Amino acid sequence: MTAEVIRAGLLTTVQDRGRFGLQHFGVPASGAMDAYALQIANRLVGNADAAAALEITITGPVLKFAADTLIALSGGDLEPMVDDKPVPMNRPVWIAHGRRLAFGRCNAGCRTYLAFAGGIDVAPVLGSRSTYVRAALGGVDGRALKAGDRIVAVSNEIAYCAALRNSAAFLRDGFAAPRWSVQVQFERLMLRPQRIRFVAGRHWELLAPGVREQFTSGTFRVGASSDRMGYRLEGVRLESGECGDIASEAVAFGTIQLPPDGNPIVLMADRQTIGGYPRIGEVASADLPLLAQLKPGDTLRFECITLADAQRLVHAQAVALKQIEASIETSLNA
Amino acid sequence: MNFLPLGDCGLLVEVGAHADAETISRVRALADHLAQLDLPGIRDLVPALCTIGIHYDPEQWRDVTAKRSPYEILAARIQKSLPDLSALAASDGQAREIPVCYEADYALDLASLARMQGLSPEQVIEMHSGVQYSVYMIGFAPGFAYLGPLDERLTVPRRETPRTRVPAGSVAVANQYTGIYPGALPGGWHVIGRTPLRLFDSSCSQPSLLRAGDQVRFTPIGVAEFRRLQDAKQ
Repeated sequence: MTAEVIRAGLLTTVQDRGRFGLQHFGVPASGAMDAYALQIANRLVGNADAAAALEITITGPVLKFAADTLIALSGGDLEPMVDDKPVPMNRPVWIAHGRRLAFGRCNAGCRTYLAFAGGIDVAPVLGSRSTYVRAALGGVDGRALKAGDRIVAVSNEIAYCAALRNSAAFLRDGFAAPRWSVQVQFERLMLRPQRIRFVAGRHWELLAPGVREQFTSGTFRVGASSDRMGYRLEGVRLESGECGDIASEAVAFGTIQLPPDGNPIVLMADRQTIGGYPRIGEVASADLPLLAQLKPGDTLRFECITLADAQRLVHAQAVALKQIEASIETSLNA
Repeated sequence: MNFLPLGDCGLLVEVGAHADAETISRVRALADHLAQLDLPGIRDLVPALCTIGIHYDPEQWRDVTAKRSPYEILAARIQKSLPDLSALAASDGQAREIPVCYEADYALDLASLARMQGLSPEQVIEMHSGVQYSVYMIGFAPGFAYLGPLDERLTVPRRETPRTRVPAGSVAVANQYTGIYPGALPGGWHVIGRTPLRLFDSSCSQPSLLRAGDQVRFTPIGVAEFRRLQDAKQ
């Protein structure tokens, strides 16, 4: 065993990149809400992209480590600490056996990813370790973690940063991290209203010009009933008008639907595979990590961009991520 | 045939504007064709009534000169591969018999639906079980099949107040479809019976009992047979 769950937190689930190739059987993709942060956390402990980590939401868990363990935290800043001492994010951290990792307040964002060197050892279900609670698929028995659960990491061949375990800090504080870290702009996470770019969807042109204007000029608030399946937006009610009879069809991570009550819903990681409401558009993939870090009550605005620009952003983000990964690799092997 | 973006990692191929039998069968034929093409960077192919959704990785469809977007390149590639629509034939789906118990304990809305439509419960059962259906698409929940065509006398809008929990195996109707709830789920369809079969099993490589294109017939069974089959499942 690597760690025991003392307290579960609000919603702590095992997630990887998602469950692909089965949407034609109605199986949702699921996976990390903030895939960018998951990837960085995995890389910081030397894991492959496909490794599973814990997605921690708003109120974090308390974990007691049963062995010296290399971890990394990336994503929202939920004030991680070991025995009341702040633990740095966005760098590898060795935690000593017997120590407790706990979390405090949401300083920035609302989801943090906790990667364990080697990845979390749960059996893949339909090709993925991601937890989909609604159908009890993947993760730990298809559910969120609860007190008493045991987390087991796959043993890693290489113990990165092993010298840290002999450091004075490790013996004194029960954890130690190298001096280097991945630079993450927490300021961008905290922008309010958050700026979310989107590409016009198939019913965009059918909305009245005034409604389109309302959508791009209004400030929305993430509703209280938002979850991993969808964000319900409040603040501006939109008339769907003459979108006609809509046959259900495939939806994507980031599809912005307009149900009859006029409050848009953005489909997130646990979205269904098809949907039948009018579509305003799709959130630019590059901005999904920012959207995923918004919690109920947070505000956002939408900015329309072209599909070509959105795909350029995908590429730019992939390039930036590759650079970060290269520098992590250099640092880990130094 | 229309191409539409579905955000920056997806596209929709629209086969027809209306969900008629011809469109639905062409969608399935095209989905088979696309699956066989085995294009790189495709994460999911999602056939629905009028369209096929293609989830792809735009990084794998990038033109280094960046003259065209990944969307344009992929759409052009698919367009080029398309045979004449009339030459596209969907492979035969599997024929499936689904035993259904229409007895009152399992048919929560059978009596009210019959009343609403001016029919007797026996007539509803006869209309529902007397025909062969096609699986149009799977969606809403893992393994949830939309079947049709449904007898016009059984087409009713969804219940005004959805149930918070419809029992697993419930056979239901709404609008022009009939469907089966693979697990206990919230839902607004009118429940007229229940099958003891397991519709979704995550330990199988094809986790859904039904797939788009399968031919389905419902066979009425009594309570004793329902229990026997249910026990046999465990």
